[in-house]
Amino acid sequence: MKFVDEFRDPERARRLVAAIEGLVADIPTCRERPLSIMEVCGGHTHAIFKFGIEGMLPEEIELVHGPGCPVCVLPMGRVDDCVALAETPGVIFTTFGDAMRVPGSRKSLLQAKAEGADVRMVYSPLDALAIARRHPDREVVFFGLGFETTMPATALTILQAEREGIRNFSVFCNHITIIPTIKAILDSPDMQLDGFLGPGHVSAVIGTRPYRFIPEVYGRPVVIAGFEPLDILHALWRVLVQIREGRPRVENQYHRVVREEGNRAALAAIERVFELREFFEWRGLGSIDHSGVRIRDAYARFDAERRFSIPALKIADPRSCQCGEVLKGVLKPWQCKVFGTACTPETPLGALMVSSEGACAAWYQYGDLDRVMEARA
Amino acid sequence: MSDHRDLLAERRRRLFEVAAGRVTLAHGSGGKAMHELLEALVVPTLGDGELARMDDQARLDPGPLEAGARLALTTDGFVVQPPVFPGGDIGRLAVCGTVNDLAVGGAEPRALALALILEEGLELALVERVLRSVRTAAEEAGVTVVTGDTKVVPRGACDGLFVTTTGLGVIPPDRDLGPHRIRPGDRLFVSGPLGDHGAAVMVARGEMALEVEVRSDCAPLWDLVRHLRAAVPGLRCLRDPTRGGFATTVVELARASGLAFEIHEESLPVREEVRGVCEILGLDPLYLACEGRLVGVVAAEDAERLEEALAAHPDGAGGRLVGRVVEGRPGRVVMHTAFGGRRIVDMLIGDQLPRIC
Repeated sequence: MKFVDEFRDPERARRLVAAIEGLVADIPTCRERPLSIMEVCGGHTHAIFKFGIEGMLPEEIELVHGPGCPVCVLPMGRVDDCVALAETPGVIFTTFGDAMRVPGSRKSLLQAKAEGADVRMVYSPLDALAIARRHPDREVVFFGLGFETTMPATALTILQAEREGIRNFSVFCNHITIIPTIKAILDSPDMQLDGFLGPGHVSAVIGTRPYRFIPEVYGRPVVIAGFEPLDILHALWRVLVQIREGRPRVENQYHRVVREEGNRAALAAIERVFELREFFEWRGLGSIDHSGVRIRDAYARFDAERRFSIPALKIADPRSCQCGEVLKGVLKPWQCKVFGTACTPETPLGALMVSSEGACAAWYQYGDLDRVMEARA
Repeated sequence: MSDHRDLLAERRRRLFEVAAGRVTLAHGSGGKAMHELLEALVVPTLGDGELARMDDQARLDPGPLEAGARLALTTDGFVVQPPVFPGGDIGRLAVCGTVNDLAVGGAEPRALALALILEEGLELALVERVLRSVRTAAEEAGVTVVTGDTKVVPRGACDGLFVTTTGLGVIPPDRDLGPHRIRPGDRLFVSGPLGDHGAAVMVARGEMALEVEVRSDCAPLWDLVRHLRAAVPGLRCLRDPTRGGFATTVVELARASGLAFEIHEESLPVREEVRGVCEILGLDPLYLACEGRLVGVVAAEDAERLEEALAAHPDGAGGRLVGRVVEGRPGRVVMHTAFGGRRIVDMLIGDQLPRIC
């Protein structure tokens, strides 16, 4: 397949792996402990498992699967709010499909749908707006979810709704921002990361500059990477080159998509519609300052939080969950005490087991479970 | 004879006219309208023979059964949405699904029963189209519909039409196929490109506005099965990878045989257009349903013979060897990715797509 197969060439992969092995032999730290490199983005996590990349790397490199799956980091209280909205008489609740199975404290959206709530899967917020046009007698709520990747589409949909004077459409805004989250991980006392693969799609919107604090303040390399397996190997190689040279900086491996300044039109739409919240609650990581956005006052009538009364209860993560430690790279997914027993993709307890981009779910689906269970027994 | 045809055509015309071309609750009432529907549309479209007796049951002549032969019975409900898609429709699917469930057990299909659940307001023309497809597919499979049932439910109580087929077949005594015959060293094969049906239905739904032509592979497999059984003595076991696709079927085989499987991704046949659809929608083609493919295991010494037999049959021409059976953890399936990595293949959690069959 053109424009895909070029990025999956096994011969080039072999050459990159050989180059990575050569570098590892040259980095003194590797003689003492493995290097921990975090891929921030859930899309990278999925690709790493799907193509079997971890197994191709030398033992001196450990990949840590970061918090970049917006479905995974959604706190239970927020899911409960979605269910409450979906169960409000007259409401059509629209959502991306992967949020349907996320467990709330009582039920998921999928269960609410089975009980009669009108929950509909959409592929874009514009689809939700189209539903609002078709059903002027109903209240259509779109579940706005995701990092800066999906934020511009939500913003543009709200602007479009305003232009058309649509009165029965609103957004339950749960958009989150990546930078404060990376900072929170870097600030945590048990942090053990040596470098980062920067997210590709988020960076297409925000550009490469916002990552500069990572090398400048924390002395860690960042390479923004594409999502094809060769992109990932290439970016890993560049992270290692930075470590060997002892010269951390922000590099852009995904320059076919990502510009230094980002996407100005998308950023303008975000700026116009959203403003930072003081803090936002994350599953597994707790409350992080300025890590979420809400809808500005000027667009209050499209804000479901203001249009409806929402319970907004804070529900603590289940105590047995160790998602936070896994997110920070302190534990491997299978080292969590409930991994694969109390917590499975069918009945997820923790954030990372929820979506196929979550580190634990990816490990459960693609990893060598037998070996884990054997090691435990 | 031509009088009879004219009479039928006239009754069909009246049926469409009286109901303004749509199914009404009266068509399921057990009264006159129902008899009109059956006699003017259902029975003549499906064919005469045993069905035309319109009795409460079909009576079948078992014919001469060899000692040790066994009967095979299977049933399947079909709810695919949309009911018509490139390469087939719910009628063709309902015949192929059931015939193939018989075929992979080594059973020659002998008779089909067909139950229709129709939603009030459904277009009679669609019912007619589906029935024609049933007949065509049944003829391809060398089987006839011998009995049936038609119900009509109020608007909203079902989605268009649901079809249930039941198949009766005969397994000759000569050979026993099944996962218990799989041995380490055996080879895994598929009979053609994977995922066509699942991708075709997904595109036909139109939700994604994809402009790509993917046709369902929906086809009866009995003839190919008969051919392979005759040509390849070392055939161990056959499955049709419908819901859950190739990956799920292989995991099932590994679990049932208590052995491990190794698959080579680069050897798996997947059409370019199916790969494209999967790339865009984030699906894995290995989990997409096939409705006209076989997944099977063959003894290593007969692998070459199997390849030749596949190539010699029109329904197997795209087939190939894709992996092998090894000693290892029972039920484990490992895939060597085309990229050079390896990963575990397991059953899918949750579903990729709703209602594909």
